[in-house]
Amino acid sequence: MTLPAQPTKPGEHRRIARDARNDLLFRGALLTCALLVLAALLGTAGSTLWGGRLAFETFGWKFLISDHWDAVNGQFGALVPIWGTLMTSLLAMLLAVPISFGIALFLTEVAPIWLRTPIAAAVELLAGIPSIIYGMWGLFVLAPFLADHVDPWVNDKLGALPGVGRLFRGPPLGIGMLTAGLVLAIMVIPFISSVMREVFHTVPTRLKESAYALGSTTWEVVWNIVLPYTRSAVIGGIFLGLGRALGETMAVTFVLGNAHQFSESLLMPSSSIASVIANEFTEASSDLHRSTLIALGFLLFVVTFIVLAIAKLLLLRLARKEGNA
Amino acid sequence: MTDAAVLSQPLAPATVSATKIVARGLDFFYQGYHALKNVNMDVPERRVTAIIGPSGCGKSTLLRIFNRIYAIYPKLEARGEVLLDGENILDARYPLNRLRSKVGMVFQKPVPFPMSIFENIAYGIRHHERLSKSEMDMRVELALRQAALWDEAKDKLKQSALGLSGGQQQRLCIARAIALKPEVLLLDEPTSSLDPIATGRIEQLIEELKRDFTIVIVTHNMQQAARVSDKTAFMYMGELIEFGDTEKIFTKPDKKQTEDYITGRFG
Amino acid sequence: MSDNTWMYRRRRLGNALALVLGSLATLFGLSWLAWILWVTISKGMSALSPALFTQLTPPPPGDGGGLANAFFGSVMVSLIALLIGTPIGIGAGLWLAEYAQRRALGTVVRFLNDILLSAPSIVLGLFVYSLVVKPLGHFSALAGGLALALIVLPVVVRTTDEMLRLVPSTMREAALSLGVPQWKVIVQILLRSARAGVVTGILLALARITGETAPLLFTALNNQYWNHDLLKPIATVPVVIFQFAMSPYDGWHALAWAGALVVTAFVLVLSLLSRLLLARTKVTHD
Repeated sequence: MTLPAQPTKPGEHRRIARDARNDLLFRGALLTCALLVLAALLGTAGSTLWGGRLAFETFGWKFLISDHWDAVNGQFGALVPIWGTLMTSLLAMLLAVPISFGIALFLTEVAPIWLRTPIAAAVELLAGIPSIIYGMWGLFVLAPFLADHVDPWVNDKLGALPGVGRLFRGPPLGIGMLTAGLVLAIMVIPFISSVMREVFHTVPTRLKESAYALGSTTWEVVWNIVLPYTRSAVIGGIFLGLGRALGETMAVTFVLGNAHQFSESLLMPSSSIASVIANEFTEASSDLHRSTLIALGFLLFVVTFIVLAIAKLLLLRLARKEGNA
Repeated sequence: MTDAAVLSQPLAPATVSATKIVARGLDFFYQGYHALKNVNMDVPERRVTAIIGPSGCGKSTLLRIFNRIYAIYPKLEARGEVLLDGENILDARYPLNRLRSKVGMVFQKPVPFPMSIFENIAYGIRHHERLSKSEMDMRVELALRQAALWDEAKDKLKQSALGLSGGQQQRLCIARAIALKPEVLLLDEPTSSLDPIATGRIEQLIEELKRDFTIVIVTHNMQQAARVSDKTAFMYMGELIEFGDTEKIFTKPDKKQTEDYITGRFG
Repeated sequence: MSDNTWMYRRRRLGNALALVLGSLATLFGLSWLAWILWVTISKGMSALSPALFTQLTPPPPGDGGGLANAFFGSVMVSLIALLIGTPIGIGAGLWLAEYAQRRALGTVVRFLNDILLSAPSIVLGLFVYSLVVKPLGHFSALAGGLALALIVLPVVVRTTDEMLRLVPSTMREAALSLGVPQWKVIVQILLRSARAGVVTGILLALARITGETAPLLFTALNNQYWNHDLLKPIATVPVVIFQFAMSPYDGWHALAWAGALVVTAFVLVLSLLSRLLLARTKVTHD
């Protein structure tokens, strides 16, 4: 038995060539996978733009501002779904941002250490529940509850306010933009609060300690030190939640009512871009109708892309600050 | 350490003064930063050469050129010559494969691979040689014996290497490197994450290994350099300030900077 | 002096108020969780029966029957999604972590992957509709799987990328210094070190697609009967839940709740599992 101390020359060269080739092939395969990620995104944008061209050509700019939706006569205006998408998301953010901030405050400064992990995990469970469950719960449980207990109060009290009162007048149906906004808020709270919690943790302890040493209260430290330090990332987290809310489909489809009548009241049924696509796509009989829905998908994609890109850039800014520190 | 040098002389009398690695006019750039400046150095065969200096002086950088491990990162560039047995390893035509089988390396922190103790050692061998099961068993045993780990590991060869203690893991990494039968062993601060007892074992091991291998060790611990090495190089700000017999460097260095450093006046 | 005490009191009061409101916000958030879970469990349990897993979806008015074909369809569609999304995702994640650290293309891919991660799933469904359904001329299980693969992909890419970057660089150097070629180092050493984390990513991805409905509506469509043909429409649990819940029939409603309970339980178990796995990997890396 002889052990070759060093590999012999000819075998060595063959192996070097083989290794180099395999390395190159492997690298190429991985690059292809990475390019497929790009292709998925570009393909989504491209195919929806292409699929929606018939609608864009037919209606032009009026598509965005007309509220006339008539499948039988082939007239489609996107104002109601666009308005519904924006209003429900806006409502959701108005509710979710303060609540999420409260949760992040509680989890980073108030709760005893042993309680923080389980509560954070429980809040994140909310994000794990499938949206269709939110939808069912919203339709069968929340909507009747709101119709009986909340909508009448909203109608009487808020509806009586001058100016904004118009937003809150309407029949107590339970379904509508207010309900959808509430459900969306619950759905995005875990996203926003977990981003806030994480970025609050990135504040250097010495910064906080020096403020405490000056006699600041917990609230003052959070408001004067933590928030300014993490401002861009906090806004990034909010935009992330907004991106989610804009694109959420099933939960909204259940509780929004799929109405094409424009109404300024938040108590009235409406529709969102996503819910219209979900409700009508398989039933769309004409090419124009289908193209309209795809065009709406394109709009939704562009808007969420912009919102999410802003979110990501804002979040990166804090990460960069961290890297430099 | 002079005792050990005397001991090893009769074993290989012809190669005592032979030079294994020669660095000539070696420069190193890191994204435009000039990290090594015109380094010239002769590493003797089957001896321990220590490289010392304050952190950031380029001692690790120099070591990492000797097996071109730096080349896995972009934007790093070495200029000049590094001759291993007379062949320039910086030449792009010099096969990396051969270089890495001739020059083994052990790092600061022990990094066992996520596999069994046996597989940790067999893994590298398998890539260079085709061995039968019994040959492989022998090679693994030999490597573990050389690294003074056999007695502790022989009953748990199939167990995960992550279960070993820090000092044992580092000896496993040494075993893994010498299992390829390299000619040169590069040690990059091999004891900096170990306790004094484990450090002592590794230093003892280095004494034994220099009968078979040319060893270059980077260390920030001057006592360690004095204990284990035959030659010492002192580096400062990317330059090789002084290089010579360890005894001379630590007793009467030629350069003022060397003296300042070893007497603890800076660094 | 009294001015100061007043200031001090006001600050203390403001602080207490903020902290109480924070606690209330947490309570508010958790109460929704409790409410939703309670409703799902109580309504789902009363409709749970062995028939759920053995019988086909019933025609209207929907008395009796089960969701067996929908469960089968969901498993099939999810399997297709994982089979397509996981290897590509791991590949792209490996490329990001190992070859693209300081490259512009790497930054772009990582950025866009994060956007894909939160992109509206219904639009991804529209993409697959134009890519597969329209050219083939019919809805299919394959199209549904492909749509879900687009959701699996970014999750796996991101976790793989993150987990590989947690592997200490000396591990790479140690393996490369043995003369092992890079592709072997990546697959046999680095991917293996990050195994638990990568598996976590796959579990998370599975959790996300389990309840996913929107992109299936016009890719996999629905099917009242058994279907083993991947090129034909197939029933999936979320789509059936949607159809049944929106119907006026009580029998369908009950089945929808039972399906909702099973889906929710499965998703929660998955996220619990991935959480445990992740906690374990964090320990071993430190």
